[in-house]
Amino acid sequence: MSNSESGNVGIVIVSHSAKIAEGAADMVRQMVGNAVPLAWTGGDPEGGLGTNVAGILKAIEIAWSSAGVAILVDLGGAETNSEMAVEMLAEDRRGRVVICNAPVVEGAVIAATESSGGSSLSAVQRSAEEFYA
Amino acid sequence: MHDANASRASKSFTTLTASAVLVNPVGLHARPSVKLTQCAKSFAATIEIALDADGPWTDAKSPVKVMRVKAPQGAMLYFRVTGLDGEAALAAVLALVHDGFGEA
Repeated sequence: MSNSESGNVGIVIVSHSAKIAEGAADMVRQMVGNAVPLAWTGGDPEGGLGTNVAGILKAIEIAWSSAGVAILVDLGGAETNSEMAVEMLAEDRRGRVVICNAPVVEGAVIAATESSGGSSLSAVQRSAEEFYA
Repeated sequence: MHDANASRASKSFTTLTASAVLVNPVGLHARPSVKLTQCAKSFAATIEIALDADGPWTDAKSPVKVMRVKAPQGAMLYFRVTGLDGEAALAAVLALVHDGFGEA
């Protein structure tokens, strides 16, 4: 996964399933393009279903942008492990990462669309969360 | 297939309106919605779409709202644009529709 330094908000996709995470990332790339830093993580370290903090931290690193990073998660552990990963970030980065209350696939596409127009982290989050509004 | 007629807005900018038929096979589904909002976001002008000349109007810069319009193929899509770069914005979004969002 290569990411150009576009200055746009980065998107991280966290699913229990690596296939879902990768598939959602494919949709973002094809529908929105390459102007948005993007990374995905899914599955436990043994290759089963699950999420893990180390994988999420690595994904945040890959998708990092000075504008911040928006994380899209699926269920339960994806959210709590993402929260844990955010807490483990350096202090100057912690405040620039948000976990969106949005469906993982649709939210990722919408968040990336918003980001590709140069929107701020809060605008990206707000747009993704419109799904539940 | 668009009729651009300008009408006076209450603000300092003229509100431009135009319409075009959605020619691409599946209408304004996910991918065209993303393209439309990306295009709309590249302009400062307020850009709104509707399925009827009288509205209700939807912010063309909101991908979620644009997808909720669920405009099918063959539908007439109305645009209402207000702003300094409104003319260029209207031309750009109309070109996208005429071009079938690059997939017709």
